[in-house]
Amino acid sequence: MTILYFAWVRERVGLAEEALALPDGVASVADLIRWLAARGGGYAEALAEPERLRAAVDQNFVGLDASIVGAREVALFPPVTGG
Amino acid sequence: MIRVHVSPDPIDLTGEMMRVEQGNVGAVASFCGLVRADDGVDVLELEHYPGATEAALERIAQTATERWSLQGATIVHRVGPMRPGERIVLVVTAAPHRRDALDACAYLIDSLKTDAPFWKRETRGDQASWVEARDSDTAAASRWQA
Repeated sequence: MTILYFAWVRERVGLAEEALALPDGVASVADLIRWLAARGGGYAEALAEPERLRAAVDQNFVGLDASIVGAREVALFPPVTGG
Repeated sequence: MIRVHVSPDPIDLTGEMMRVEQGNVGAVASFCGLVRADDGVDVLELEHYPGATEAALERIAQTATERWSLQGATIVHRVGPMRPGERIVLVVTAAPHRRDALDACAYLIDSLKTDAPFWKRETRGDQASWVEARDSDTAAASRWQA
């Protein structure tokens, strides 16, 4: 699965994207955030407060309880600030 | 009649406005946002989610064409580094009459502020910071949900 990071999430993680094989049991966006944060370092710093994060699964904007099972691409980012 | 364009290039205000002046258009409305020099901002950088950003803007424009009688709906958003005074976003709507053009124009800019993946990063001198999302933007977008 491809994981994308944007804005300060990208800066703290230190990567714009990466391909990861997820263990069984990582089934929702919230699971993914917890699993990534447990890696520590920049991941922990970026993902410590899930309520500050938004997500997209295969480019559709979803809540953190959304399933990621079978997804090709999950993006994690802060609330948007365009316009 | 829907046009979505996301690019680092400067926004051509006149060209985009003239593009919708076709057919039996009676009203063209537009909103253009410029980079403000708030508290000494030197550079404003816009990050986006290629593919998903364009798709989100297309959806917003599509919704507007279903809700109002439009002959044109254009969203142009600049990305990358910009300086104060430069154009960051342009929305143009064309309709037979002004009410549809004006309301749809306001809807497009209010919706893209909350529903399209862009992120602003301000640089002042050697200090950079990400702009926080504002509750007032969420409120502005939600007034269209009636």
